[in-house]
Amino acid sequence: MLHTAIDNDERAVASSPIMELRGIKMHYPVAKPMPFAPKKVVKALDGVDLKVLGSQTLGIIGESGCGKSTLARVLSGLEKPTEGKVLFDGVDINELRGAERAAMRRNIQLIFQDPYASLDPRMTVEQILSEPFEIHPDLVPKGGRKAKIAELMELVGLNPDHLGRYPHNFSGGQQQRIGIARGIALNPKVLICDEAVSALDVSVRAQVVNLLQDLQRELGLSFVFIAHDLQIVRHISDAVATMYLGRVVEQGSYAQVYDHSSHPYTQALLSAAPELRQGSNTARELIMLQGDPPSPIDPPAGCRFHTRCPIAQPSCSASEPDLEETAQGHQVRCFFPGPLAGRLN
Amino acid sequence: MTQLLEVRDLRVQFSTAQGTATAINGVNLSLEHGQSLGILGESGSGKSVTARTIMGLLDMPPAKINGGEILLEGEDLLTATAKRRRQLTGPVMSMVFQDALSALNPVHPVGRQIGELYRVHRGYSRKAAKAAAIEMMDRVRIPAAASRVNDYPHQFSGGMRQRIVIAMALALDPQLLIADEPTTALDVTVQAQILELLKEQQAENNMGLILITHDISVVREVTDQVAVMYAGRIVEQGPTAHVLGDPRHPYTLGLSQSVANEDLKGRRLPAIEGSPPDLLALPRGCSFANRCPLADEQCSSSAPPLESVGAGRTSACFHSGKVASNVAYSN
Repeated sequence: MLHTAIDNDERAVASSPIMELRGIKMHYPVAKPMPFAPKKVVKALDGVDLKVLGSQTLGIIGESGCGKSTLARVLSGLEKPTEGKVLFDGVDINELRGAERAAMRRNIQLIFQDPYASLDPRMTVEQILSEPFEIHPDLVPKGGRKAKIAELMELVGLNPDHLGRYPHNFSGGQQQRIGIARGIALNPKVLICDEAVSALDVSVRAQVVNLLQDLQRELGLSFVFIAHDLQIVRHISDAVATMYLGRVVEQGSYAQVYDHSSHPYTQALLSAAPELRQGSNTARELIMLQGDPPSPIDPPAGCRFHTRCPIAQPSCSASEPDLEETAQGHQVRCFFPGPLAGRLN
Repeated sequence: MTQLLEVRDLRVQFSTAQGTATAINGVNLSLEHGQSLGILGESGSGKSVTARTIMGLLDMPPAKINGGEILLEGEDLLTATAKRRRQLTGPVMSMVFQDALSALNPVHPVGRQIGELYRVHRGYSRKAAKAAAIEMMDRVRIPAAASRVNDYPHQFSGGMRQRIVIAMALALDPQLLIADEPTTALDVTVQAQILELLKEQQAENNMGLILITHDISVVREVTDQVAVMYAGRIVEQGPTAHVLGDPRHPYTLGLSQSVANEDLKGRRLPAIEGSPPDLLALPRGCSFANRCPLADEQCSSSAPPLESVGAGRTSACFHSGKVASNVAYSN
């Protein structure tokens, strides 16, 4: 084995935050329709605090446009936030320069949604997998790289004899395995999976989910798992955060968020997923949300969810609730948290 | 009474630079008025090609229909003239596509695109067509339809655009609606709204509905009947609750197991190993044999026919009787 496996006792000790987001804002300017039009920004992330624990999986759920993918880009250092800190092992990654930054970068890796588009079509798999070692040459000496790459291939369930092939020679599931092999090549601590299994067919998706969980166990990786398949997020996550319009509205353990959801949005979102209604031991009644999420350019005043919330009160549009702890480790951003059952008219 | 739709032994191939790909390899389907049928399958299984062949939307070449019949209320569509097809498309059958934005014309207001159907097929005046378009937009519950009729597709959200595409498909009260992955590009909250709308419109108009999807939970939610496709063939067919609840084909079983559920938390998912066969070189025997835990020599030498396995159910497996009890997918 190329990495030391950590056993369960160590895993519990390792569960201090490895990454932390503090007050992250990510605002993108919008092209002005006219030269003197007022300046507008898309508030993709608007004050996000999150912790990624060691050797654990943090799942992120929410509708498109809620800021999930921006979060992945900020976490991985691809995007510098407008405001706030991205801490890795207590150090703000955006403060680092030069060699320190390069060294930090290899600890955080990203796996993308479209496996084919994220691999260079003109490079063989061997070239793709040796690139990380060329960028970080001190990690594995030149002579040992070939063996290391073959080892990586086996680790993700691919045949090392196929190293000379090009990405298009592989099926979608195999391409995603190559992306995963590249992601874990530098022994990262955190792997960010942005819709990493969404493009795969159901039968192949299960294989890749199993692979990710095996790798986590063997290598002690932390995952940030972003997906719109709510059942898969429940399956793979230890902790889950629900996002709505650039904010975290609920977070806690997977059981707290899924089985004892307290924010009306989380409840409505989960109830809309047929796979959860059908594969659940607890009955979920469909709570139909009207319309689409409002624009992140002009988010509603007060609670951002009040325009679609089935239990909104006049006070909800006046001020925004804080993320408050309702149970140990379970935080909710709502003035009226709790199960919706019996509160709908 | 004649069947609304009957597809008999349909075969479609595509010629590609690498050779001939068999997309549909002998598909039989039937649908009654007011019935809903889900076609479930992975990418490359032939589900969308089936829909496009029925609608006459295949690009030929590269596609080639190598045999079979498609009977719409008894009339063979494959031998119908182009003119006759145009008469049928809209008033008798219509289709909803996955990507609503590319299904709409970006340079015309949505009201005009819906109204065009009435102008062409029913000879309405401009004014009457616009009124009919507003009525249709109301029916698919687009808020403030009268004030949005002159808006362009890009001014609508993804869910609203899909409602407009559905409004166009329903405008001439068709008897058959084919929806190809209508909610795949949408968020779950919007998916719930669109599925609700489709179910309701189907029931109200006693319309036949074919819903094409890769999502087993959507099929369970919406359709009475299901046909499971794999590598260009239907491998299992029957009432949705029975087929998905108690599969008689190892592929259907594998599909329903590999979707995570609450009880699998913390465990590995039962996965079907391998990947679907290459359509350029389909195996001689059962296409699923190389991934199937039940496969034996018979399976790799001859392809199993679709045979009855109980009331209204068929399965294409030599070992259909053993499926429920003995199949275990690796995990």
